[in-house]
Amino acid sequence: MAATAEHPLVDVRADFPVLNRVFDGKRVAYLDSAATAQRPRQVIDAMDEFQRSSYAPIHRGVYELARESTDAFEGARTRIAQFVGWDPACSIFTRNATEAINLVAYSWGRANIAPGDEVLITEMEHHSNIVPWQILCEATGARLRYLTLTEGAELSLDELDDVLAEGRVKLVAFAHISNVLGTINPVAEIARRARAAGAVTLVDGAQAVPQLPVDLSELGVDFYAWTGHKALGPTIGMLHGRRELLEEMPPFLGGGHMISRVERERSTWNELPFKFEAGTSAATEAVGLAAAIDYLGAIGMENVRAHERELTAYALERLPEVEGISLFGPSDLDHRGGVVAFAIEGIHPHDIAELCDREAVCVRAGHHCAQPLMRCLGVGATARASFSVYNAREEVDRLVQALTGAREVFNL
Amino acid sequence: MDALYRDYILEHYKNPRNFGELDPHDLEWHDHNPLCGDELGVHIVVGDGVIKELRFHGQGCAISQAAASITSEDLVGMPVDGIAKLDADWVIDHLGIDISPTRRKCALLSLKVMRGATTGDASWPE
Repeated sequence: MAATAEHPLVDVRADFPVLNRVFDGKRVAYLDSAATAQRPRQVIDAMDEFQRSSYAPIHRGVYELARESTDAFEGARTRIAQFVGWDPACSIFTRNATEAINLVAYSWGRANIAPGDEVLITEMEHHSNIVPWQILCEATGARLRYLTLTEGAELSLDELDDVLAEGRVKLVAFAHISNVLGTINPVAEIARRARAAGAVTLVDGAQAVPQLPVDLSELGVDFYAWTGHKALGPTIGMLHGRRELLEEMPPFLGGGHMISRVERERSTWNELPFKFEAGTSAATEAVGLAAAIDYLGAIGMENVRAHERELTAYALERLPEVEGISLFGPSDLDHRGGVVAFAIEGIHPHDIAELCDREAVCVRAGHHCAQPLMRCLGVGATARASFSVYNAREEVDRLVQALTGAREVFNL
Repeated sequence: MDALYRDYILEHYKNPRNFGELDPHDLEWHDHNPLCGDELGVHIVVGDGVIKELRFHGQGCAISQAAASITSEDLVGMPVDGIAKLDADWVIDHLGIDISPTRRKCALLSLKVMRGATTGDASWPE
């Protein structure tokens, strides 16, 4: 039964060849999907088939191959946009989520942010949702502010209201799900309050799209960025934006395809979404991402969420058996995604990950591209286990066993 | 016995030599490993061109802490201008264990900090 996560949600042996790897007699237990997820055969095959049968320049050639390629690329855009409930014309392919956020910071930010304005982010952000805003504030003379973490590792809507009430916030940028704490933020509620205060919202959905149903038509945000490689797909990013904003924004990158007409001194821009897709697009990756969301869609995102919730519940139940362990993140499973960051007294996270690797258990160690958050938590680094559709309880058991073994190696 | 986490490595990790701070000090440097965020600083007291005393401070994994602790015992008494001649192999020989490429920077952080303090060179030792 999926409800207890006793088995993976998918046929791992058939669909995820890499997860059949055996190291030193032990089958790999991949618990690092928050960093990057493994790709199913269906994604690999779709990309392979596209390159074998249809690959050609998109939006250019008049020949049949080019038509097929263009149809595959634009068909992928439409399926991906529908998957998250948004208009395909306002769904832009980028290199990754980081580039999607930078697109907004450079294009919308430089046109709309002035000295004295404030950009509000949170203490639980990934560097990709911090550094672009630092650069923007540096360039424009605006002020960067942080919403603080509550004791329960969540955001306070009261604090949000207080900051918004000061009247200087022009943009609120925050993660849908924290890549360290797993906190699921109340996106619609934050967006509603920001909008009422006249602020634009940008959500980093990199951790959310792979693990729960996302319907942008209901969330009410202005920009939503995410990436394919955490959603069982290849490395390609998506930016969904509100049409009125995208139409007013200047281009981000200049070059081929994003123009309407190029004169010697100036140019005019292509229509949406092409205005923001300068240069040759990653068509093969777009086809792969469409295959990935088809794969997730066939499982059903409600089922994915239920599975990861069960795995997280099981991990939160079993990990405290390891002596000296501290767990980070909300205890309320309704507000928590499939990631568990932890530390063990007396063993540095790097050494934890090294000793887990000896048991073929792949966990992440370090700052998880969230150094300001590490400082809030009072640690330099943590270890982190994260889950996806191909994981099952048995892998949590192996993690607990590996951690117990790590304590023994350290004579604890 | 574990090939990496040998008894003496763990002993230096748990009870590092020459750790803490020195005030006053003549030289200091602070740096971090961008991969993992581990931080290490050093305070050095110099007399007649020779390292009289040093203290590392910061936090890191067993490999980085043990490397700092083990090498510190030989660094005391060295001429300040001799630090620039030390290379990665010098540290790894002191550690006495095989270091995989993923842990190399852990092992080299303390020498990086020592070179920074004595020469201003902030590059990774090779």
